[in-house]
Amino acid sequence: MSTPNTYTRPIAGWWRRNPFYRAYILRELTCVAVIVFALELLVGLWRLVQGPEAFDAWRASLAQPWVIVVNCVVLALVAWHAWTWFEVMPKTLPFINLGGRRVPDRAIVAAGAIAAVVASLVVLFLFLTL
Amino acid sequence: MKRSNKPIFWSLFGAGGMLSALIGPMLVFLIALAVPLGFVSKETMDYPRVLAFAQNWVGKLVILVVVALFLFHGLHRLYHTLHDFGVHIGPGVKALHHGLAIVGTLIAAYLLFTLRSAA
Amino acid sequence: MGAAQKRKIRIECLRYQPGVDAAPRTQAWDVPFTDDMSVLQGLQHIKDHLDGSLTFRWSCRMAVCGSCGMMINGVPKLACETFLRDYLPAGVLIEPLTHFPIVRDLVIDQSDFLAKLESVRPYLIPAQPRTVGEGPYRQTPAQMDAYYQYSQCINCTLCYAACPQYGMNTHFTGPAVLALLHRYNEDSRDAGKAQRMEIVNAEDGVWGCTLVGYCSEVCPKGVDPARAVNQNKIESTKDYFRNLLLPRGSTSR
Repeated sequence: MSTPNTYTRPIAGWWRRNPFYRAYILRELTCVAVIVFALELLVGLWRLVQGPEAFDAWRASLAQPWVIVVNCVVLALVAWHAWTWFEVMPKTLPFINLGGRRVPDRAIVAAGAIAAVVASLVVLFLFLTL
Repeated sequence: MKRSNKPIFWSLFGAGGMLSALIGPMLVFLIALAVPLGFVSKETMDYPRVLAFAQNWVGKLVILVVVALFLFHGLHRLYHTLHDFGVHIGPGVKALHHGLAIVGTLIAAYLLFTLRSAA
Repeated sequence: MGAAQKRKIRIECLRYQPGVDAAPRTQAWDVPFTDDMSVLQGLQHIKDHLDGSLTFRWSCRMAVCGSCGMMINGVPKLACETFLRDYLPAGVLIEPLTHFPIVRDLVIDQSDFLAKLESVRPYLIPAQPRTVGEGPYRQTPAQMDAYYQYSQCINCTLCYAACPQYGMNTHFTGPAVLALLHRYNEDSRDAGKAQRMEIVNAEDGVWGCTLVGYCSEVCPKGVDPARAVNQNKIESTKDYFRNLLLPRGSTSR
């Protein structure tokens, strides 16, 4: 069934070829920020185990200007991850019908975003009060 | 056709993705920006307070789950993104990425274990 | 409006002659057009009046046959429902659908797609065979709603041109085939899900997808293959853990 003399075009650089692909790559690269933050927490935990001086030194290092700048980027990327995560969430869920009607995707995205806001407020509350 | 083992990694990726989507931004904001810059009282991250949290079993679980799931999510996605960039992802690259997530989790677990309440 | 007074638009096409050209090249023509002309009609004008050797697939002219899929200014579209007026003043570049081998000019080799389509048993596999005497199947509107959008696929393969995972790995089963697999699984008249799981569960089944989502963006019929594929990741995961915890008989491997 093979056709002779066909020409196969190179695939390299595909993600540069249209804005949709570039947006996808940015969405995927937010994972770097998630890894970086997890490692920051891991380092903090390690410093915690080493004792109060080490932990306070770690806290001071977080306040350094270059670290703040990096963490602003981390925050932006983690927030972008959160938004794009809920944006694609409807595609991973089966159709939901309520009262005989199909729940539209935008309702599912909104529900996810609202859940994130609520969860974030719970985290804030616990962080301030525990 | 051979059954793929992806479901294991995908489940971890999904759990980490959901967790980091729900509370990631707030955690980054508080720990990495708000407290160091003083928007939120620095007392919230004082050594005795953080230590007490990490010595508590619930606190240990929270820290472990956050570190582990964030790492599994991020490293699984990074692994696939390398493929998108045309990097050949053989079994070695796969083992490196998921292995790092496992190692990070084990380190966190070990560190948390050493923080016993009696200490 | 007489032919002399019609506006012209520049149409540039990829040309490739197998056995003659080492690599594709492009050729451009200035084509007279009216506002109601589709890109397909532009190509037909070239073939009828300017260069009879230009080769392309087409049939229904109304977006139901799936024949005229092409890259139009780098975006996979059906030529019959894309309009020349939207490409003024710069004109339009037409290339064959990406990720497929080029047979000639704008025609691609679909054999990989067709083989995959066969492999998912894209037909109803009822639990019990049914005779004509038993009458038609009955289905509620809700039951039809569960699979209807997936049944709208016209096999145009724009989604394969959109999918970079297929572009990088042609073993990946791909959007339309997985959407059609899902269409049959979701049909209340079908009982063949177990027979299709082997393909779903494979590395090149649903697990080849990273939810780029461009397939659903370009689909001219609203099939939303991205959804069909990604819902089956959950199905595959459930199947995986079920298989791990409750080993079954010969229905799974």
